[in-house]
Amino acid sequence: MSDEAFLMTKHVLELSNLACRRGGRLLFSGLDLSLTEGDAALVTGPNGSGKSSFLRVIAGLIQPLQGQIHWEGQNAQKFTDNFRSALRYVGHSDGLQPVLSVLENLKYWSQIYGSSQDLKKLNRGLESVGLFDLSELPARVLSAGQRRRLALAKAIATDGRLWLLDEPTVALDRQSIKRIETAISEFRSSGGIVIASTNAPLNLSDCKALDISDYQWAEQN
Amino acid sequence: MGRTELSGFIATLNRDLSIARREGGEAFLAVLFFVLGALLFPLGVGPEAQLLAAVSAGLIWVMALLSTLLALDRLFQADWREGTLELLVISPEPLPLIIAAKCTAHWIVTGLPMAVAAPVMALLLNLPPEGWFTLVGALLIGGLALSFIGSICAALLIGSRRGGVLMTILALPLYIPTLIFGAGAVQAAVGGYESTGHLALMGAITLSSISLCPWVTSAALKQAME
Repeated sequence: MSDEAFLMTKHVLELSNLACRRGGRLLFSGLDLSLTEGDAALVTGPNGSGKSSFLRVIAGLIQPLQGQIHWEGQNAQKFTDNFRSALRYVGHSDGLQPVLSVLENLKYWSQIYGSSQDLKKLNRGLESVGLFDLSELPARVLSAGQRRRLALAKAIATDGRLWLLDEPTVALDRQSIKRIETAISEFRSSGGIVIASTNAPLNLSDCKALDISDYQWAEQN
Repeated sequence: MGRTELSGFIATLNRDLSIARREGGEAFLAVLFFVLGALLFPLGVGPEAQLLAAVSAGLIWVMALLSTLLALDRLFQADWREGTLELLVISPEPLPLIIAAKCTAHWIVTGLPMAVAAPVMALLLNLPPEGWFTLVGALLIGGLALSFIGSICAALLIGSRRGGVLMTILALPLYIPTLIFGAGAVQAAVGGYESTGHLALMGAITLSSISLCPWVTSAALKQAME
């Protein structure tokens, strides 16, 4: 056991032999991925190939058909505490409450994630996605791109260590994409790990490319 | 602010209450339904004071069950639609505690106002004054059980299109014990008997639903995320 634990510590996040089935269809199988502090992986693949399911499996929202997820040497499916306080998942839906203000939305999640609720810090998070001026507006009046940016700010402002970003650039304009890229690279230089799925160009320096369709042949016939 | 075991509970309770406050009327529709529904009975049954007095305790309780059902839809539906629920399921906070906070907020917005409105309805339905105090107490305690038990059904029906009708079929049988002891307590008080036995049993139902339902609901929610 201790040998295994020793091997695991080299990589912070370790996915081994992961497979996922949705609606009777095998989306991917035999997927291995190891990431250490500061790493990023960019998941690509055609629509419906399983990019979102892949991220949801890692997040713990879908049970994998087989395979394991280890976080800092611990099985992340069994020992969830450590993993979940590190995890920031930004899915397709933005997870915002329409009647609460931009700042209130962010503040609630900083409480749930147990990160600092210091106003300056939250404001800095909003500033990094360009929403600081709108912090008093109710989330329901935001545009699609602004909602997306607020969803990302929830990850940026709450001290996570692993970001799972599902199509983070959807609905974003070019300037906002730049901002997100900056936020990601700052996060990585502070030791964070990012896995992003995207079909749009997202400029991440020195990242692992992962094409989901490479893992589909295994059980196709 | 230091982080405690309850910080997720408190944050969620505050959030849900301020949402209810912002949405204003929408959150309190259930209470309005409670009052209006009970007002229909004298019109339908006829204004015989004797008859109304005999059935009023049961009527008020049945209306309380139905109004709680009406508001159950709101418990998870919006958070599910906006994707908040899936984030809560994988958040570091224990899910049962967050659910308990949501149920408590639901009770504050529906059960509590119903208990406050109950004396007015008791007056309109000619419930003898000896039963009023017990009625309010029973609604206060029982309302908590209704919110917590209902959360199981609300979680099971997330995303279903005919949620409203199914909710009734699922939840009403689970509400029967609360109804029996709640109405029984009021009847006993009206008849001049001791109502503490009924109330104690209902308290037991409430305490066990507070301690058990969040875990069941949490399992149902995790299932719904798949």
